[in-house]
Amino acid sequence: MNFGVLQFPGSNCDQDVVHVLRNVLGHSVELLWHKDSSLGAADTVIVPGGFSYGDYLRTGAIARFSPVMEAVQGFAANGGLVLGICNGFQILCEAGLLPGALIRNRSLQFRCEHIFLKTATTDSPFTNRIPPDKLMRLPIAHGEGCYFADEETLAGLKANNQVLWRYVDARGEATEDANPNGSLDSIAGICNEKRNVAGLMPHPERASEPILGCADGRLVLESMIHTLRERGVQKAA
Amino acid sequence: MKAKIVITPKKAVLDPQGKTVQNALAQMGYTGVGAVHVGKYLEIEVTGADEEAARKQIDDACHKILSNPVIEDYRFEIE
Repeated sequence: MNFGVLQFPGSNCDQDVVHVLRNVLGHSVELLWHKDSSLGAADTVIVPGGFSYGDYLRTGAIARFSPVMEAVQGFAANGGLVLGICNGFQILCEAGLLPGALIRNRSLQFRCEHIFLKTATTDSPFTNRIPPDKLMRLPIAHGEGCYFADEETLAGLKANNQVLWRYVDARGEATEDANPNGSLDSIAGICNEKRNVAGLMPHPERASEPILGCADGRLVLESMIHTLRERGVQKAA
Repeated sequence: MKAKIVITPKKAVLDPQGKTVQNALAQMGYTGVGAVHVGKYLEIEVTGADEEAARKQIDDACHKILSNPVIEDYRFEIE
């Protein structure tokens, strides 16, 4: 299948995503420049991490108004699968495609480390291939990853089963110590109400090969691939 | 004309920067220092003579891009 990976000035995880999709998982990938107003032949879109537009004003605030994001809005409205990773998550929140916002880490420190991630529900196109009790070991690298939403939004997220991942400790408990950024309810990733748009702060693409120490991240991408296959999308060269 | 915009974190939003500044001030011996909120200040030069139109435009921009209504409040004056 065809993955579209967005590229903004300041994106720096785009090539990692391309590498994993193309060389590890064997799918075709097209990079989509921020000025593109079409998503080409993309069956699904990944908004990668980095520091789009230098994180000026707020993380994701300027990227959200780029022409390619207009196209992503339409794609998502038609049910297309969109995953935002790190800065991509921030952009999707700014764009209103996901509820809430990501603010400065509570510690004020940029956190660059491995964390444990527990999948809160396998009922989504982004988690359906993750074994329910699996603790994924993934890297994080962010200064603004503290998930915030008002009480009403948070209640809605829980009621609709939209929290996909939480930060946990090695025993799978969502403790304060295991929460690297102060996110509400230890939230590391969510999806929208229609369940076709998701975002997470950890980096699955940086942990998708054993040579990198861990391949747990593949499970997220493989869930998307599984979903697209079920929707009848064919694997392209 | 010039628009002077102040953007601050909403009261319900955690403001670790403000908290850290507050602690630093207390540590330095400043007394009676309460909650600190760290925000942003923007100055935008606006051309044209219609103040009402400028006000409308700046308000729209504040809402759409300059602030994020989920986490921030804004206020501005035009002079």
